[in-house]
Amino acid sequence: MSHSESGHHELSFTQKYIFSVDHKMIGLQYMITSMVFLLVGFGLMLLMRWQLAFPGQAIPFFGHLFPADLAPNGVMSGQFYNTLGAMHGTIMVFLGVVPLGVGAYGNYLLPLQIGAPDMAFPRMNMMSYWLYLPGGILMLGSFLMPGGAAQSGWTSYPPLSIINPGQTVWILSMVILITSSLLGSINFLVTAINMRAPGMSLGRLPVFCWAQIVTAVLLLLAFPPLEAASILQLMDRVFHTSFYMPKDLVILGKQYVGSGGGQPLLWQHLFWFLAHPEVYVLVLPPMGIVSEIIANNTRKPLHGYKTMVASMIGIGIMSFLVWAHHMFISGMSPVLGNFFLVTTMIISVPSVAILTCLIFSLKGASIRYNVPMLFALAFLPLFGIGGLTGLPLGLTVTDIYLHDTYYVIGHFHFVVVTGSIIALLGGVYYWFPKWYGRKMNDTLGQIHFWGSVICMCGIFLPMFPMGLAGASRRLYDPTAQVHNLGVQPLNVVSTYFAYALALFQLPFIYNFFHSIWAGEKTVENPWKATTLEWACPSPPPHGNFTRTPRVYRGPYEYTAPGRKTDYWPQTDPS
Amino acid sequence: MNAIVMDNPDTHSGVSNAKLGVWLFLASEVMLFATLFTSYIVLRMGSTTWPWGWEALNVPLATLNTAILISSSVTIVMAYARVYDRDRTGFRTWMALTLLLSFAFLVVKAFEYGHEFHLGIGPSTSVFYAVYFTMTGLHGIHILGGILLNGALLGMSYSDSSWNDPLFLGRVEGAGLYWHFVDIVWIFLFPALYLL
Amino acid sequence: MNNHSWGLPVAASTYAGKIDFGIYLIHAAMFGIFVLWGIFFVYLLIRYRQRDGVAAVREDHHDTPARISVPDSFSKFPFAQMFYRNAGELKSLLPDFLVMAFEVALITFYALPVWNSIKISMPDEKDALVVEVVAEQFAWNVHYAGADGKFGRRSLELVHFNNPIGLDRTDLDSFDDVTVGNELHLPLGRKALIKLTSKDVIHDFFVPEFRIKQDAVPGMLIPIWIEPTRIGHYELACAQLCGFGHALMRADVIVETPEDFARWLRLRAAPAPAKPANPSEEF
Repeated sequence: MSHSESGHHELSFTQKYIFSVDHKMIGLQYMITSMVFLLVGFGLMLLMRWQLAFPGQAIPFFGHLFPADLAPNGVMSGQFYNTLGAMHGTIMVFLGVVPLGVGAYGNYLLPLQIGAPDMAFPRMNMMSYWLYLPGGILMLGSFLMPGGAAQSGWTSYPPLSIINPGQTVWILSMVILITSSLLGSINFLVTAINMRAPGMSLGRLPVFCWAQIVTAVLLLLAFPPLEAASILQLMDRVFHTSFYMPKDLVILGKQYVGSGGGQPLLWQHLFWFLAHPEVYVLVLPPMGIVSEIIANNTRKPLHGYKTMVASMIGIGIMSFLVWAHHMFISGMSPVLGNFFLVTTMIISVPSVAILTCLIFSLKGASIRYNVPMLFALAFLPLFGIGGLTGLPLGLTVTDIYLHDTYYVIGHFHFVVVTGSIIALLGGVYYWFPKWYGRKMNDTLGQIHFWGSVICMCGIFLPMFPMGLAGASRRLYDPTAQVHNLGVQPLNVVSTYFAYALALFQLPFIYNFFHSIWAGEKTVENPWKATTLEWACPSPPPHGNFTRTPRVYRGPYEYTAPGRKTDYWPQTDPS
Repeated sequence: MNAIVMDNPDTHSGVSNAKLGVWLFLASEVMLFATLFTSYIVLRMGSTTWPWGWEALNVPLATLNTAILISSSVTIVMAYARVYDRDRTGFRTWMALTLLLSFAFLVVKAFEYGHEFHLGIGPSTSVFYAVYFTMTGLHGIHILGGILLNGALLGMSYSDSSWNDPLFLGRVEGAGLYWHFVDIVWIFLFPALYLL
Repeated sequence: MNNHSWGLPVAASTYAGKIDFGIYLIHAAMFGIFVLWGIFFVYLLIRYRQRDGVAAVREDHHDTPARISVPDSFSKFPFAQMFYRNAGELKSLLPDFLVMAFEVALITFYALPVWNSIKISMPDEKDALVVEVVAEQFAWNVHYAGADGKFGRRSLELVHFNNPIGLDRTDLDSFDDVTVGNELHLPLGRKALIKLTSKDVIHDFFVPEFRIKQDAVPGMLIPIWIEPTRIGHYELACAQLCGFGHALMRADVIVETPEDFARWLRLRAAPAPAKPANPSEEF
């Protein structure tokens, strides 16, 4: 009822753009906000990269803008570097990639792809966003707090995180963000379970929707443990309890005040119980995006729809059983290490299956090389590198040496940057016509694509030889340790590519905003796609579909035998 | 029977959005408290000294609180049944009783805390008390949330449009589910902290 | 001596070679998989690019699932119908089976035995040189038991700038104990059993040349063992973020002949360091 009513009334600016309850506007709000956070996180990294390449040299241009205790004479201090490192990780993971993959893409596309007029709980959806934004601002605001922002790594291992300044605001902000994502995941699940259009059986859901469903389950079940763990850490910091603090600590010559009797490793278990599923939260939505783009541009059905869906569900279940492979050398019983070694190898099976299905989808195809397809295709080998380099890290024995070296950094950045972020960027080019009814510029897209991919490889490939040489992560001055000197030139290479990567984002930012107003106008279904989001106008009006769509077939009926066109939309009754 | 199973035939699952949402929310709450219970077990196993709950804490008061909470679970079911029968005064009576019991729980809890603080015992005294204060405190916050929720429903019953809204029954049911959950958490907390 | 390649540091412990073997093997496999896979990928990209008049070919075009029938000889096996109906899908699991076979072999014949020998089975305290290492922000304190093989009592109250591990010099066992800061001496060819702990936050004991890494966790005493195979100077670096001075937290590792080591230990043990004049003095 309320939908049709609000369709007639003109909404005020605030209702339409700020406190909107329309899933599409909320999706776009998430999109813009999370991209800004991605840029902020990237900016922090650029500062760190200067210090890594040229330790002891003043940061050019900006060095003297920082307070003297953080950067005396413009040279980054160890404390400042640790702050940047912790905040880079936190911002990128919790404020950048997850909100972009889930908040933005999930919000915008899930209701459209299942043929729903909106989310199940539109006001709760708005609340998710309005918790996410203040949570993010609080996180950034912690830079201005006395003592600075969090500086114990994004993993916040106690006892360091209990005694370091800045951590309290980090925890509070995390609790807000967790609440936001819990509301979001409940909303997604109810929408996907209850609001599907008639005929949209589970077997006809696009792979992207399945990815969102599995992601929502992971968020729903994995975030509360982190919330509990954060509450315990907050208690330790504020009320001097000793959940994570053992007896008889002497910190810089002073005896610690708490009662002791706690366990530092407890936090690591609880944290990774969230953070490993979180890795799949970072990866599954992008995989869904890539599947959509590949199905559309190969003009044939995805190879192994059932295998892919089963693999995603398998990944979801297994991801709760592998957390301690981050803790092989943490002091946890080495016998447990053997158990988690085996579960880790098992979880690689569904990931390989998904990647194989995507590649086999290319066989017999008629590949259209447009910008989104370039991004989706780049995802395959680059994500492959990320996955393969996980092998020596997941294997207990080789992890003894490679743990906490740059090899790890290279590995997960290949997964998250050249995997997730590449896919998320490709998604922008693919769905932009739907969001704004206009197309993004192709040439600028090509420049952005090639520049980004080459620079990303330039940044992260040198990290593998660095890791093999034994260079540890999180050192604010890598040259302080003698065995790092040999690979220091690689740090310089990495840094220059990072700056080049920043430059190559400029065409994208210009392209994005220019195209919103001045891009070439497009039709409802410019890519000749089959899924439901292309069956409504671009951009879709409030309430999405003019009539409730009815679904007749699976999501990827391309080049169906006996059809005149090479695509057969899900809503086409003929 | 059919009316209960298919309470919303328009949806795919046959369960209304709100009810499904509440169940999913409770799933996440289960994970939250399960984590705390796990931490409790891990900390206790790794600890050299751990007091007996019945020696360190006040069991009679906690038993009283258990009885109070269980009764409140009964009264909220009665309130729900009154809405089902469209009995407005009956609903108000039972809901008000539920609220009264919830407040009673908090008052007893406050006495317990107050006594401990009086003895100089706080969360930082030992890991046992840290666990005790954190878990009962978090549970208390959940009770407060329930009071707000139930209070809002009681208030809404005074407005004709809310009372006649077909969704009102579902709202009371959701609040009831949540209240039962909070109750069940206490049923686990009581033996874990006071009796073991 | 060339016992290392691919940019790995010199291998200087008995198990370093085993770990390197795993690194070489996995990387060779990774390169192999990636290259084969890359060739196939590029072939697909070129072969199946969009061309005028050539439509995509659906996999189900020629043999739709309905037309596949299970041969009689197989039909009595459980799930035969299901496998046959999904034959096309299951094809995509082939690389999975290969990867799985490789991983199972890797786990059974490599990871489990080697991991057990490095991290689970520890040398007997009687045969090995026992060393206690106490990490702190931002230094490594090394404690040897000396000639009597017994560690002196340590006490929290005695922790002091001059006595970072709080060794009780009035304890008889401690008279020949040796404590060194940021220097770890180890004799060649003898197993050293190192017990790690920390005074404040989590640190990590990492000597790249020994290929050993282990977190030092406060409140825990974690054993590791090393049998050095090369004389030389190496570096013990903290590998777990431990605060603003993390990068500077390093120590020298000196592997010497057993004779040199014994001489060094004797020299260090000889005079018990005088107690500071004012023990309450804080640094």
